[in-house]
Amino acid sequence: MGRYLIRRALISVVSLIAISMVVFGILAIAPGDPLSGFATNPNVPPELRARIRASLGLDDPIPVQYAKWASSYIKGDWMQSYTSKMPVRDYIFSRLPVTLKILGSAFVLGILIAIPIGVFSALKQYSLFDQFATTFAFLGFSVPTFFSGILFILLFSVKLGWLPFVYDAQVTGFWGNVKQSLMPILVLGLAGAASLTRFVRASMLETISQDYVRTARAKGLREQTVVILHAMRNAMIPVITIIALQIPEIFGGAVITEQIFRIPGIGRALIDGIGSKDVPVVMAITFGFAILVVVFNVVADVLYAVLDPRIRYS
Amino acid sequence: MTQRVEASRAPVLSAAPTATSPQIAETPPGLLRVKPQRSLWGNAWRQFRRHRMAMLGTAVIILIMLACYLGSALYPQPIDAQDLANTDQAPTLQHLMGTDSLGNDMLARILWGGRISLAVGFVAAIVAITLGTAIGAAAGFFGGFVDTVLMRITDLFISLPQVPLLLVISFLYKQSFYDYFDKNFNNGILGIFVLIVAVIGILNWMTTARLVRAGFLSLKEKEFVEAARSIGAGQFSLMMKHILPNTMSPIIVAATLGVGAAIITESALSFLGLGFPSDVPTWGTMLYQATDYFQIAPHEALIPGIMIFLTVLSINYIGDGLRDALDPRKTQ
Repeated sequence: MGRYLIRRALISVVSLIAISMVVFGILAIAPGDPLSGFATNPNVPPELRARIRASLGLDDPIPVQYAKWASSYIKGDWMQSYTSKMPVRDYIFSRLPVTLKILGSAFVLGILIAIPIGVFSALKQYSLFDQFATTFAFLGFSVPTFFSGILFILLFSVKLGWLPFVYDAQVTGFWGNVKQSLMPILVLGLAGAASLTRFVRASMLETISQDYVRTARAKGLREQTVVILHAMRNAMIPVITIIALQIPEIFGGAVITEQIFRIPGIGRALIDGIGSKDVPVVMAITFGFAILVVVFNVVADVLYAVLDPRIRYS
Repeated sequence: MTQRVEASRAPVLSAAPTATSPQIAETPPGLLRVKPQRSLWGNAWRQFRRHRMAMLGTAVIILIMLACYLGSALYPQPIDAQDLANTDQAPTLQHLMGTDSLGNDMLARILWGGRISLAVGFVAAIVAITLGTAIGAAAGFFGGFVDTVLMRITDLFISLPQVPLLLVISFLYKQSFYDYFDKNFNNGILGIFVLIVAVIGILNWMTTARLVRAGFLSLKEKEFVEAARSIGAGQFSLMMKHILPNTMSPIIVAATLGVGAAIITESALSFLGLGFPSDVPTWGTMLYQATDYFQIAPHEALIPGIMIFLTVLSINYIGDGLRDALDPRKTQ
C-alpha cells in the first residue's frame, strides 16, 4: 500500500504538471494576448503593471514564462489580481468560505436523500415506491441546474415571495443566511442526489442477490440486521468511491449555481475573472479545479482499497 | 412499469417471479412455432420498442426536430421582428408563446434556437464519438507502446478541469473564430458553432475511448478475428469490418447520452454569456436574457428551459432504452 501510494502521488504530480502546461498554453497562445491583458486594463495602476510584466516575464518565450509562473505558484505567490487589486491567494481564500458552505451542505443533503431512497428502492424493486424513485431520479438527472434554479426562483421568490433570489453577502443573521442559501443548496443537493440514488440502488441490487446475504437470511437473522449490517455495508463501498469522484464535479456545478443566485463564491470569481481577463485569478482557479480532480481520483482509489479487503494494490 | 405490459401479453407467465420475467415472457414456452430469423438490429428494435419511455422519448424528439427544422420554415413570424409596443407579453393567439423583452415572437425564436441547440448536440456528440472511437480502437488494436501513449493522453484529458477550461476556451477564442469565419465564409456564427462543438467534443471523448479500447482488447483475440486474419484481411479491414461493428453497442449508447450532455453544456455556456452571442437565439441565450425579467415575464425563462429539459429527458430515455435493447445479456 505504501509503495502504491508513493507511485500514485508521483503520477499525480506528473499529471498536474502536464495539466498546468495545457492550461497555461491555452492562455498563452490565445488571440488577443490575454496574459498581458492588464496592459489595457484601466484598473491596473502603472507601477503594478511594471511589476506584473517583470514577474511574468512577458517578453520571454512561452516556456520560460511557464517556468516562472510555475515556480512562483509553488512558492505560494499567486500574483496580483488585476481587478480586485489584492493578491490572488487572498482573493480566492476570501471567496472560498461561502462556496464551501453551500457545496458542503448540498453534498450532505444529496447523500442524506440518496442513500435511504436508493436502498429502499432496491429492497422493494419494482414497487410503486421504486418506480416513483427511479422516475424522479431520472428527471432530476436530466434537468440542468440552471433550469431547476430558475424554477425554484420563479416558485419560491417570484410567486410565493418566501426566499430572496439574490445572495447578499452582507446578511449576518442565522435565519437570513439559511433563507438565502436554501435554494442553491436545494438545487445542487437534489442534482447530486438524483445521480447518486441511481448508483446506490444499482449497487444495493447487486449486493442483495449475493450468496452471503442469502446465508445471513438463512441463519435466521433479523431482516434489519441483514439489510444494514450485511448488505448495506458492502453496497456502500462503490458508492463511497463514486461520491469521492463526484466532488470535483460538484465544484463545477457551483459555477452555474453561483451565477444564477449571484453568490460571491469561487465560481463567480471564475466567471468574473474570465469576463475581465483577470488571468492570474483564472489560472489559479482553473488549476485549483485540476488539483481537486487529481486528488479525488487518488482518494477514491485508496478508499476503495481501504474499505474493500478483497482489493489490494501492490 | 414494463411488467404490466408483459403480463398482459403473456398471461401464462404473469404469476412467475417478476424480477427476470420480461425476457422470458417474450417467447412463451410450449409454442413450437418456427421462429423467423432475426437480425441483430431486428432484435434490438424489438427490445427497444418495449421500453415505453424510450419510445415516448423518440416520439418527442422527432416531434421537436420536425417542429424546429420544418416548422420554423412554415411559421410566419420572423425571429427578430422587434415590436417595442408589445414586449414581455404572455402567450396570446397572435404570439403563441408570447413575446420577449424586445417584442420578438418567442415561438419563432424557440424553433430557430432549437435548430442550433440540436445541431450543437448532434455534431458535438459525433465529434466526441469519432475521436473516442479512433483513439480507443488504435490503442486496443495495436497495444504496446501506442496503447501506453494513447491511454496516458486519455488519462490526462480525464483529469483536465472541464468546466473552467470550457469557459476559458470559449471566451478567449470566440472572437477570433467569429472573425475568421466571418471573413472567409461570410458567416461568423458558424465560427462560434464550430468552436463550441469542437471544445465540447474534445473534452468528452475519453469514456468512449476507454469503452472501445476494452472492446478491442477482448475481441482481437477471438477466433473470428483470427479467421479473418488467416484469410488475409488487412489491418484496417480487421479493425473496421471485423472488430469495430462488434463494439458498437456501448458506442451507440454513449453517443446518445452525449447528445443530451452536449445540449446541456451549450445551454450552460450560453446561459453564462460565454456561448452564442445574445442576438442569436438558442435555448441557452434565451434563458440567459430571461433572467432579468423573472418578475414580469416568467414565460420567457420557462419556455426555453422546458424545451431543454424535454429534449434532454427524451434523449436520456432513448439512451436508457438503447442500453437495454443492445445488451446481449438481455436478448436471446
